[in-house]
Amino acid sequence: MSGAPLIEVKDLGVRLNTSRGPAQAVRGVNFALRRGETLGLVGESGCGKSVTALALMGLLPESAVISGSIRFDGAELVGLPDAAYCKLRGNRISMIFQEPMTALNPMHTIGHQVAEPLLRHAGISAAEARQEAIALLDRVGLPDAAKRVDAYPHQFSGGQRQRITIAMALACQPDVLIADEPTTALDVTIQGQILDLIAGLVEERGMSMILISHDLGVIAENVNRMMVMYGGTVVESGATDAVFTRMGHPYTQGLFRARPRLGARKGTRLKTIAGTVPELADLPAGCTFADRCAIVEARCRAALPAVVDVGAAHGVRCIRTDVSMAAGGSIA
Amino acid sequence: MSAPLTASAATSAIAPGARPVTGFWRRALRHRSFVLGAVLSLIVLGAALLSLVWTPWSATDIDIASKLRPPSAAHWLGTDVLGRDIVSLLLVGARSTILVGVIAVGIGLSFGVCLGLVAAARKGWTEELIMRMSDFTFAFPAVLSAIMLAAVAGPGMVTSITAIGIFQIPTFVRVTRGSANAIWAREFVLAARAAGKGSFRITIEHVLPNILSILIVQATIQFALAILAEAALSYLGLGTQPPQPSWGRMLNDAQTLLFQSPMLAVYPGAAIAIAVLGLNLLGDGLRDLLDPRLARER
Amino acid sequence: MSVFFLRRILTLVATLFAASLIIFLVLDALPGNAAQMLMGADASPDAVRALTVKLGLDQPLTVRYLLWIKGMAVGDLGNSYVYGTPVAGLIAERLVLTIPLAIMSMLITVVLALAAGIYTAANHNKLGDVGVMSLTQVGIALPNFWFAILLILLFSVKLQLLSAGGFAGWDDGIWPGIRSLLLPSISLAVVQAAILARVTRSAVLEVLREDFVRTARAKGLGKREVLWRHVLRNAMIPVMTVMGLQFANLLAGTIVIENVFYLPGLGRLIFQSIANRDLIVVRNCVMLLAAMVVTVNFVVDILYAFIDPRIKVSNL
Ligand SMILES: Nc1ncnc2c1ncn2[C@@H]1O[C@H](COP(=O)(O)OP(=O)(O)OP(=O)(O)O)[C@@H](O)[C@H]1O
Ligand code: SF4
Ligand SMILES: [Mg+2]
Repeated sequence: MSGAPLIEVKDLGVRLNTSRGPAQAVRGVNFALRRGETLGLVGESGCGKSVTALALMGLLPESAVISGSIRFDGAELVGLPDAAYCKLRGNRISMIFQEPMTALNPMHTIGHQVAEPLLRHAGISAAEARQEAIALLDRVGLPDAAKRVDAYPHQFSGGQRQRITIAMALACQPDVLIADEPTTALDVTIQGQILDLIAGLVEERGMSMILISHDLGVIAENVNRMMVMYGGTVVESGATDAVFTRMGHPYTQGLFRARPRLGARKGTRLKTIAGTVPELADLPAGCTFADRCAIVEARCRAALPAVVDVGAAHGVRCIRTDVSMAAGGSIA
Repeated sequence: MSAPLTASAATSAIAPGARPVTGFWRRALRHRSFVLGAVLSLIVLGAALLSLVWTPWSATDIDIASKLRPPSAAHWLGTDVLGRDIVSLLLVGARSTILVGVIAVGIGLSFGVCLGLVAAARKGWTEELIMRMSDFTFAFPAVLSAIMLAAVAGPGMVTSITAIGIFQIPTFVRVTRGSANAIWAREFVLAARAAGKGSFRITIEHVLPNILSILIVQATIQFALAILAEAALSYLGLGTQPPQPSWGRMLNDAQTLLFQSPMLAVYPGAAIAIAVLGLNLLGDGLRDLLDPRLARER
Repeated sequence: MSVFFLRRILTLVATLFAASLIIFLVLDALPGNAAQMLMGADASPDAVRALTVKLGLDQPLTVRYLLWIKGMAVGDLGNSYVYGTPVAGLIAERLVLTIPLAIMSMLITVVLALAAGIYTAANHNKLGDVGVMSLTQVGIALPNFWFAILLILLFSVKLQLLSAGGFAGWDDGIWPGIRSLLLPSISLAVVQAAILARVTRSAVLEVLREDFVRTARAKGLGKREVLWRHVLRNAMIPVMTVMGLQFANLLAGTIVIENVFYLPGLGRLIFQSIANRDLIVVRNCVMLLAAMVVTVNFVVDILYAFIDPRIKVSNL
């Protein structure tokens, strides 16, 4: 059982309709996630992390064109009809979003919202679902859960609301939890608590997790394996400690140098890499990082570089790893 | 009824001057509802202007002998119960409609914009008072004010213009205040204040030019509402009085003859609908063209 | 909660008070001596004076205003200058027509508008959306009284299904009355519904873009379920605001439509009274219409608090 991957993504591509015409938001993404394994997804704002996550959830806009394959527990998800997808979402795959302030419906009580996936998937009565919702809210550390189950979202703080969305995501004991920047919108002091809560729950329930962040510190502390994304492609992937000790891609190295000082977890924009993320609509033909890379050569722009193995299950999408790794990202 | 339009127009505050004019016309000619709206509006305007210099027949001369004629080469749409030429009546009716609309919107615009600008510039209880008053005026639709005025001063064009003008004010107050408030919060206004400019000068130099496009859009839509109100008041006999032709009045006359000459009730109503549709489309088109941020959402 | 109610009620009372003041000024103080108006310019001064005293118009303005307010509180609106009968009775007779007419057209408006608005939002940018939205664009441009005339042309003149006007009353049961109000309420409703449908559509589309819609989808709810359970209630707030504002137009519309269909309702009463210079009737009718508009908007404000849990707290 633990041998076969729970999620297997092959050559995933997503084409989106933007205001400036269609654009390839994600391309050539490959990874596998086993039961109980945790995977981090890191990269600057707009690099396609959320789009990748939403592709897994089947929640991209209708106009999005998805190519490649996403297999979940052996079954293909790309092209799955919405009705069948609905049976998975909130049941076997759950997601926590970035903005706890707007992720909850202001018109419904939190108890109702936490019980909703249970009523949808678990086939239990409303009264049972309510009891279960209270237990879940209690588990995620909402004070006075039994009393506050009938309160509305606006009566809670941001951190409390994120706890509520976590309770909601975990209600049906999913196999996979996708956490899309679950702490970016929260105060620094609360970020640690929420991440610890998520890590504890993942451990306790043996779930797999995909944790999205633009904060290397968060990734380092919370996941077994990681992928670095840039311009819609995965530029580096491998075991977390392997990537941190022997980073091979110039972008990863730049990210690491730009990392805010330890302790300051709040994900701020990474400004120290020269240049900005390219607009999706005008991505360069070759390496997506070419315009900002310090060691760029003419042949980098010829075609999208292939993934080069630089270690056991450690891949880098760069044709000059010999130079970049000799320069020593690891010294930083 | 203009509340939703108001709300969307008010949330955007853009500088029309920032966009090159040539780009505007190129995009405008490709915008379907703008073009259709402009064409319909120009037809109505053209009819009104034409009636100043030429009508096929006199619109006021009564000729009972040739009453209720069917359409013919002489009378393209036939004649009414008093023998007047329908085409001529429609042309002159366009003139009354536009006259009442322009003056009424002018009243609403000038009072509404002034009050709205004052509310945004003064804030505090002045703003509160102005907004409460305009909320209150919403309780008096044009027909109701016109009834009150007609009861006192008698019916007529002045009565309908006044009533429609009053009814236009609160919408303009809201739109102006909403968009002016947005401008007041912008950096360049803060800079102007820091430079010691008074609120009157800031209002004239910065706020008003920046909300102009929103006001143009709103005025177009209010013009359509004014035409509808004018038609209803003339139909009720509270507005434009005979022998001055008006579309609403023509409908009232036609209603008594529904069984004999049903078409008489169709033409003037269609004329009103074309004018209103044209202005509404024009307003929607202008909003899209002047504010691309809103346009994207359609 | 109670503070919220209290504030709203105070606003309601203040608004009604202001409305009564303006109406009194325009329809009683401004016109001058109503007795003179009633009897005409060449009536003998003695007769005019006698009528002035008889109608109570010899009292100072403030006294007359306060008497009117006091009368409204106890349901005594005075007597018609022309018929001498109580105004309250005249109005009550007409309300049995106007109120059902307003309710029927509001119901038709809401049903049509919500159906069209939700349908178009759910099918955003598809053919059905574009088609229905073009229809509403035309609907908004129709003068309601012309639409009424077209309906008469179709249903009475051509098909001869319904009568072209008049009111059957409620004496022979409810159906004849409803039947005679059918065309009037449809002609009032269609135009209003066109506006409200557009508002509903854009409100639903706006809510569909909210984050919590994605959350609900992530729970495994289907698109339809999300629409009905999560989106509509949020979208109702702007829709209700516009509905409240439309009520004023609807009442104004009944005045016009009653004239199209020769219905003996409040609107006709106002017109007859203007013709008769029966200013006391006009004044009370206008006050009643304004009060209905203000009250409906007050009710909408209160309904917000029931629909939106955030309002109770934010206003405390
Ligand atoms: N629905 C959409 N329609 C069009 N473009 C989109 C849509 N969603 C995302 N994009 C574009 O796709 C790109 C990737 O966006 P994505 O949300 O995945 O970034 P991200 O890595 O999650 O960034 P962030 O850290 O800001 O969340 C961006 O350029 C974005 O503008
Ligand atoms: S492929 Fe070339 S441009 Fe891209 S990261 Fe490697 S060296 Fe830089
Ligand atoms: Mg994201």
